[in-house]
Amino acid sequence: MNKPLGYGLLVGMKVTFKTMLQTWMSIATGGRKGLQSTVNYPKVKEVPVARARGVIALDQENCTVCMLCARQCPDWCIYIEGHKEHKEPTSPGGRVRKRSTLDRFDIDYALCMYCGICVEVCPFDALYWTPEYEYSELAMGDMLHDMDRLQDWMSTVPDAPEIEK
Amino acid sequence: MTLAIVFWAELAIKIGIIAVAVPAIGMVLGFAEMKLSAHMQSRIGPYFAGGRFGWMQLMADGLKFMQKEDIIPADADRPVFRWAPALPLIGTMALLVIIPISAAEFGIIQDLEVGIFYALAISSLSTIGVLMAGWSSANKYSLMGGLRAAGQLIAYELPLVLAVVGVVIQAGTMSMQGIVEAQTAQAWPYVVTQFLGFAIFFVAALAELNRIPFDMPIAESELVMGYVTEYSGFRFLFFFLAEYVNMFTMSAIAVTLFLGGYWFWGIPTDSALLGVIVLLAKSFVLVFIMIWFRWTFPRFREDQLQTLAWKWLIPLAVLNVIATGAFKVLL
Repeated sequence: MNKPLGYGLLVGMKVTFKTMLQTWMSIATGGRKGLQSTVNYPKVKEVPVARARGVIALDQENCTVCMLCARQCPDWCIYIEGHKEHKEPTSPGGRVRKRSTLDRFDIDYALCMYCGICVEVCPFDALYWTPEYEYSELAMGDMLHDMDRLQDWMSTVPDAPEIEK
Repeated sequence: MTLAIVFWAELAIKIGIIAVAVPAIGMVLGFAEMKLSAHMQSRIGPYFAGGRFGWMQLMADGLKFMQKEDIIPADADRPVFRWAPALPLIGTMALLVIIPISAAEFGIIQDLEVGIFYALAISSLSTIGVLMAGWSSANKYSLMGGLRAAGQLIAYELPLVLAVVGVVIQAGTMSMQGIVEAQTAQAWPYVVTQFLGFAIFFVAALAELNRIPFDMPIAESELVMGYVTEYSGFRFLFFFLAEYVNMFTMSAIAVTLFLGGYWFWGIPTDSALLGVIVLLAKSFVLVFIMIWFRWTFPRFREDQLQTLAWKWLIPLAVLNVIATGAFKVLL
């Protein structure tokens, strides 16, 4: 059957009008009924999904200062400095071992574009995504998180999901 | 001597009313657009500013615009660039003058014998401002936006005028008060007999206002922001304000011509207050439909826009004029 002229226009207008009424209903009933895609953010907070890309946490123990993350970073927003320490042999006559130690590990979140390549590339699982997203600052320079602050984010890393069978 | 004083005092009051009405209407409509658009997209919209409903959002926005730097591009034609934003606002203010709000003595700011003719002439002023802005910005997007606005004006001014001609023939007068009085006398708005004219007028008015689906001059996806690309701060605010107040004035003119203006069944027409309420209510219904259109329909392509005007609206409007004229002569 042929639709009359302008039928599609009316259908579109019906959709927006219906959505508006549903949103009104939703606001009137406190967001329990109907559609409402957004929340009153600073008062009401959305719970991000477990694998949300919020901020990147650093586990200093795992880092070997291999610089892979810094080299792969497209924005060059990771700054790493380190030095080698000599470890005395555990048993007499043993070999002196060298261990790389972090001096500096900064991520500049003003530059970071959240591509996650550093997390992917890290061979020793020193970097993790966490769903935490509230770390805006009043000054641009404060967006540079040093390694202690990155270590603090480790507490917000969710548990790894179970391995699928 | 006293006559002169009365004249100047009256003039000052009239200017005061317009000067208060323009930003007030702009704010109310801007806020309505923000809220309604949000609700049509399942959002809440502004809610933080002012504590409740975000009612101060537009004032906060206005303050923000006032603080912003007034940037003039190095290559811009400075005097033209600086004066372009004033023209749409002047055109809007000049339009508000001839909208009748009641049959009482102070029911209209200035009743003109050629009221609707004046309205159609002065409403083109804003497009000149747009063209000036587009030309003087020294920016390709601005220029394209300005040219599109000019092309749109030529295409849609004709059906707009022709749609009005039907009403003028039926009422036998061009005075805005006269047209409303003619509708009051027959106790029936002209939209019944001039429905085609009303539809054409409404579509053409949308195009005149550069509202979606006719917002080719500021098509964001193609032209950044069209003729306002280079504007910032207070001058941008002028364009913004003019757009919203123009939306109201065009609705008010459509109401006056087709929907009976300040007249409504059973409401006395000689009370200025009731007249204002009726006129505002009718105009806001039309404004709501404009907002509703904007958040429903996608933008026309430039050629579709021209096709609609030249192949459909103008022939239909001419037909409407011929039919109205024939009925006027025969009956």
